[in-house]
Amino acid sequence: MNMIVTSASPGTPNGTTRPQVRIVIVGHVDHGKSTLVGRLLHETGSLPEGKLEMLKAVSARRGMPFEWSFLLDALQTERDQGITIDTTQIRFRTNSRDIVLIDAPGHAEFLRNMITGASQADGAVLIIDALEGVRDQTRRHGYLLHLLGVKQVAVVVNKMDRVDFSAARFKDISDEISAHLNGLGVTPTAVIPISARDGDGVAMRTDRISWYKGPTVVEALDHLEPARPLEALALRLPVQAIYKFDDRRIVAGRIESGSLIAGDEIVIMPAGKIAKIKTVESWPMTPVAGRQGAGRSVGITLDRELFIERGDIIAHAGSAPRETRRLRARIFWLHDKPLAKGDQLLVRCGPKESRATVVAIEKAVDPGELSSSENKAIGRNHVGEIDISLSNPIATDPYTENPRTGRLVIEVSGRIAGGGLVLSVDAGQRAVPVDIVPVESALRSDERSARYRHNGAVVWLTGLPASGKSTLARALERRLFTNGGSPILLDGDTLRAGLNSDLGFSATDRSENIRRLAEVATHLARNGHIAIVAAVSPAREDRAAARRIADTAFREIHVATPAEVCEERDPKGHYKKARAGALASFTGIGNDYEKPEAAELVIDTSKRTVAEAADEIEQMLKASGVLFDELVDLAANI
Amino acid sequence: MHLLKDDSAADRLSNPALAERVRAQEFAAELASSMDHLDQLEAQSIYIFREAFARLKKIALLWSLGKDSNVMIWLARKAFFGKMPFPALHVDTGKKFPEMYRFRDHYGKEWDLDLRVEPCPPIDAVDPTLPPAARSAARKTEGLKMALAKYGFDGLIAGIRRDEEATRAKERVFSPRGLEGNWDVRDQPPEFWDHFNASPPQGAHLRIHPILHWTEADIWAYTKRENIPIIPLYLAKNGKRYRSLGDQDITNPVASNASNIDEILIELEQTKVPERSGRALDHETEDAFERLRVAGYL
Repeated sequence: MNMIVTSASPGTPNGTTRPQVRIVIVGHVDHGKSTLVGRLLHETGSLPEGKLEMLKAVSARRGMPFEWSFLLDALQTERDQGITIDTTQIRFRTNSRDIVLIDAPGHAEFLRNMITGASQADGAVLIIDALEGVRDQTRRHGYLLHLLGVKQVAVVVNKMDRVDFSAARFKDISDEISAHLNGLGVTPTAVIPISARDGDGVAMRTDRISWYKGPTVVEALDHLEPARPLEALALRLPVQAIYKFDDRRIVAGRIESGSLIAGDEIVIMPAGKIAKIKTVESWPMTPVAGRQGAGRSVGITLDRELFIERGDIIAHAGSAPRETRRLRARIFWLHDKPLAKGDQLLVRCGPKESRATVVAIEKAVDPGELSSSENKAIGRNHVGEIDISLSNPIATDPYTENPRTGRLVIEVSGRIAGGGLVLSVDAGQRAVPVDIVPVESALRSDERSARYRHNGAVVWLTGLPASGKSTLARALERRLFTNGGSPILLDGDTLRAGLNSDLGFSATDRSENIRRLAEVATHLARNGHIAIVAAVSPAREDRAAARRIADTAFREIHVATPAEVCEERDPKGHYKKARAGALASFTGIGNDYEKPEAAELVIDTSKRTVAEAADEIEQMLKASGVLFDELVDLAANI
Repeated sequence: MHLLKDDSAADRLSNPALAERVRAQEFAAELASSMDHLDQLEAQSIYIFREAFARLKKIALLWSLGKDSNVMIWLARKAFFGKMPFPALHVDTGKKFPEMYRFRDHYGKEWDLDLRVEPCPPIDAVDPTLPPAARSAARKTEGLKMALAKYGFDGLIAGIRRDEEATRAKERVFSPRGLEGNWDVRDQPPEFWDHFNASPPQGAHLRIHPILHWTEADIWAYTKRENIPIIPLYLAKNGKRYRSLGDQDITNPVASNASNIDEILIELEQTKVPERSGRALDHETEDAFERLRVAGYL
């Protein structure tokens, strides 16, 4: 069965200038969706010649009375069961619109197909049987329209012939469904009484519904607007991939909202790195000039080499999305096993994925029920509001601020098991695994700082091997201790002998080494000590991760002794070994050390004595509020 | 500046948030008309290609040499900035038109494709209960399974469209197949917005359909706009042309005088004849096509 069909109304060549609107028809099973679609095709002159006669003949052969819905029952299996299995896409025309009709099944088993169809729709027709009234699946579909972001909803009250075209019955149903939809923030564009079987209200206001003054179904469809790309919102370009097919390094993705142009200063979230767009690449012509807006799939190059990965979000500085490891979401659940507190999941927010844990189920209801009885877990085809903790930080927006990026889906065993909207984002919240209950220290931080005369801090010394990190760290440790403080030295090599003895020197192991150092140091800092970390920590990304862990306690010191000086010193003989090829993955003689861009302090030990350098560090710690200068400061602090 | 009243120009200078909003409105006004229907289709297809390439390990594009798969290759080159970074797989029945083989050999080189041509088994090896044309098409399905086993692809990109045939209308963009390559129409996971199910079970594969949302007219309009080469059999000669190209023995031309793409587009505006009407296999029995697809046919 083929349904690319023309209509009585004239179109323009290619059909490209008429607005194309995608419509989904939803509602309770047997309320007449397929019948309405069949009738719409007939009323808009969209049926191929002879189709109606052919179907009537098929019906006769099968010994069944003709039904309009047969038009859609393309699969033999469907005809056998008398239910529509899946979304089919059918096109027809009203006076001013090309309509792509997605027929969605009403059977509860097939909600995932309804979701697939409605996900792509600009507008919806929600159909209700006048005799049966609003049913559970009516409410559920209404809820899903809200959740999926379908704003234009026309309600049709079908089978008016079964209630003698009663205006009172119509009003009851109209009031009930309008109240339900309004409660979800969806305002119906029209509520229309029809008989799909007989044609009343579909394309004509017949005498039998003379009391009705609103639009017909065809008129209502003719007024729907195609969803517009979100160009007026802030730029969101989720990164799908980074391509290095030739000498270009292209960051590829689709602009979900806003727009961009070469020369824009951008920020890459969640890491917060800044760069400028050098070019907008394309094929066959490149680069392309001009502003690229929402909806475009683009590729850009940047003015500097940054570590970017799939799932990062490119935004304009000043209007970047929030970075978080905790968020609240309203979701629709489709999996057989209910979603419960403590469940481990995979969450996808655009191209970004993260493992996640359900910290709390805040609401769990069946959207089909009238009275919402609350449950502890979210059952199949139910909805709920959940608090989830993510193992990787992600950048996202609440859906009220950005309906495109404020969406997520949940996967179980590699299959999409639910999806919904980001309600709120807890910026800066750390992930908290549910079964771990941290024990708080018995001491308050002001008790400790009163004794030590400093706040807790992580002093992070980074630099080439033999640049003088350990020497400086030891000098600083001695000085802070002499002044009554509580410094603790965490030397990278020392920790590798114990805590980190399972780690090698691959990029992943190095990252993990740094993460552990940062976690231990942060724990000490939270308890009032000054953790002095001396570690080459060559990767900017890893240090950024350490800074995220230690947060405001982090003080980065770049020990920027020139490479030649370091190699000449070579106290451990590492450079010599590396030059001889006996020390693989040694940082120093290659170009693999990434200098800090915004360290709190930079020290070149080839130009200073150890004491001078320790002075500088002490000054920096005072100026940045770690060390208390005067007793007065301490008093102010208590 | 028609977006603001004159007296608010001063506000704009003093209020950065307002200035930002006005700039955004200006961009929106400038951009709103810039993306037409074909641009939208193209952007969506490119998005799908990039998702497939990012999320699957080993993919190939099924190149049938027809108008749809040529548009797909074009879109892939747009998605990846010139070169398609995965193989083009031609499962060859050996029964294509000579013009199609010439096209394959010429553009395989010109487009710098990693072309893999794989044969189909002899007809005797195929289910004899199927009607003749369906049996012939099922042979292609067997050829495809052999190619899958040979290379171990976990994703195959196919150029089917929802509008061309009703069972295809039921497809997902990322469509999971069973271990035998079969399609379970009743048990398809949902696709929320543009989130696709891209994790096939071990040993199974996915079909990816980047042009599922296109129509036959879209394909031609885009082919014309982008100047994509086509096999001349699509254009009318002596009152006949092919709307859809398959094997020589099971594909027939339709009556047409459309000798260029513009004329094809006008013809499509007026016709009520289905695109695959020239494909014998679609008309053998009511369910032949569905049986084939359940078994893994495209």
